[in-house]
Amino acid sequence: MFEFNVAVDRTIVRPVSVGAGTILPEPVRQGIGNFASNLDQPRYVLNNLLQLRFEEALQNTWRFVVNSTVGLGGVLDPASGIGLYEADTDFGETLHVWGAPEGAYVVLPVLGPSTSRDTVGFVVDRAMNPVRFFIGTPESYYLNTVNIGDAVNTRYRFGDTIDELYYESADGYAAARILYLSNRRFELRGEAQDDYFDPYTDFYEDPNAQ
Amino acid sequence: MRNRFAPTRRAFLSLTAAAAGAALLPARIFAQSISVSRQLVDALLIDLYALINSGSSVDRLYADFEALLNRYADMPIIAQTVMRVEWRRASAAQRSAFITAFRAYISRKYGSRFRELIGGTFEITDTRQIRNFVEVTTTANLRNEAPFEVIWLVSNGSGEHKFFNLIIEGINLATTEAEEVGALLDRNGGNIDAMIADLSAAS
Repeated sequence: MFEFNVAVDRTIVRPVSVGAGTILPEPVRQGIGNFASNLDQPRYVLNNLLQLRFEEALQNTWRFVVNSTVGLGGVLDPASGIGLYEADTDFGETLHVWGAPEGAYVVLPVLGPSTSRDTVGFVVDRAMNPVRFFIGTPESYYLNTVNIGDAVNTRYRFGDTIDELYYESADGYAAARILYLSNRRFELRGEAQDDYFDPYTDFYEDPNAQ
Repeated sequence: MRNRFAPTRRAFLSLTAAAAGAALLPARIFAQSISVSRQLVDALLIDLYALINSGSSVDRLYADFEALLNRYADMPIIAQTVMRVEWRRASAAQRSAFITAFRAYISRKYGSRFRELIGGTFEITDTRQIRNFVEVTTTANLRNEAPFEVIWLVSNGSGEHKFFNLIIEGINLATTEAEEVGALLDRNGGNIDAMIADLSAAS
């Protein structure tokens, strides 16, 4: 599956994102990103509530209110300017808060690295996105277009990072796996850890034994 | 009659003071280590920013970055960590060749991304002692991005305070590069010299 995703990236996603990224000026790309991100806010709030994280729910609500109004429907992002950053979350995190185990590492077609728990979370998130309940059929297609545009844009912004991973790593699969899991666990942990490996005293132990 | 072995008041006081002093000693050493580690990261960030915003040519940038790593990072211990258990069977010559190749590889790999950091700032937000080393947490503020966390682990295990690992949003440099070096070794059937040659050629 990893090989398949690299092939899809090489033939479709990368050329499209480089093309679009070169043609569209940065403010336009930023606007698409902001707009897509703003439409994610209600979903974040719903998950924040399910996780009983009321402070973050409030933060995301305010962010949605500010960006939808002052930010001209979400195209601009004045909320970040006043320190109201996106507290992004998803149903995978909600499952984690509820005590569900991580499950196995999986690579989803096109979407990339995930875990069993996060895959379930992804499906539930699509199904229960509050925004879906307020829009009809033609608009939901525009919404999908915006989301795909946002994904293409993300591929462009992190172009060098992803190129490095997919095309330059000695073992792209292993590199993607460790990057995804470390970062995901860090997000979910949400607090400082201290079980670091100390090479000065823990000589010759495998620091990464799992 | 006074017992001659009973401590006098003065001796008792000085003994108590000595005991209290001994108890305070580790805390004092830790406190000192924390402030030295903080100064190290502070100085490192100043040099790093000078480098990022210098506008030097690519070759010059990589060379300067290597010098910076030598000054602030404990490259031998990082190299040893990323080679994991293979370090044990490497000869002295292979170890030193690996350290050199690895340092140059890190300079190219991370130095090539410096332009993404232009105009950003880092600030130290927390320091704490963990076992025998110090964790210095910095928050990176880049343009158009939510702030993110970069952690430097500093130890004086080499005799000097230097950093031995770097963790960006949970992604650990030593673990990630160990994976890469492990993959290069696998590709070369466990041949250390071939792995070093591949690492020298890698971007």
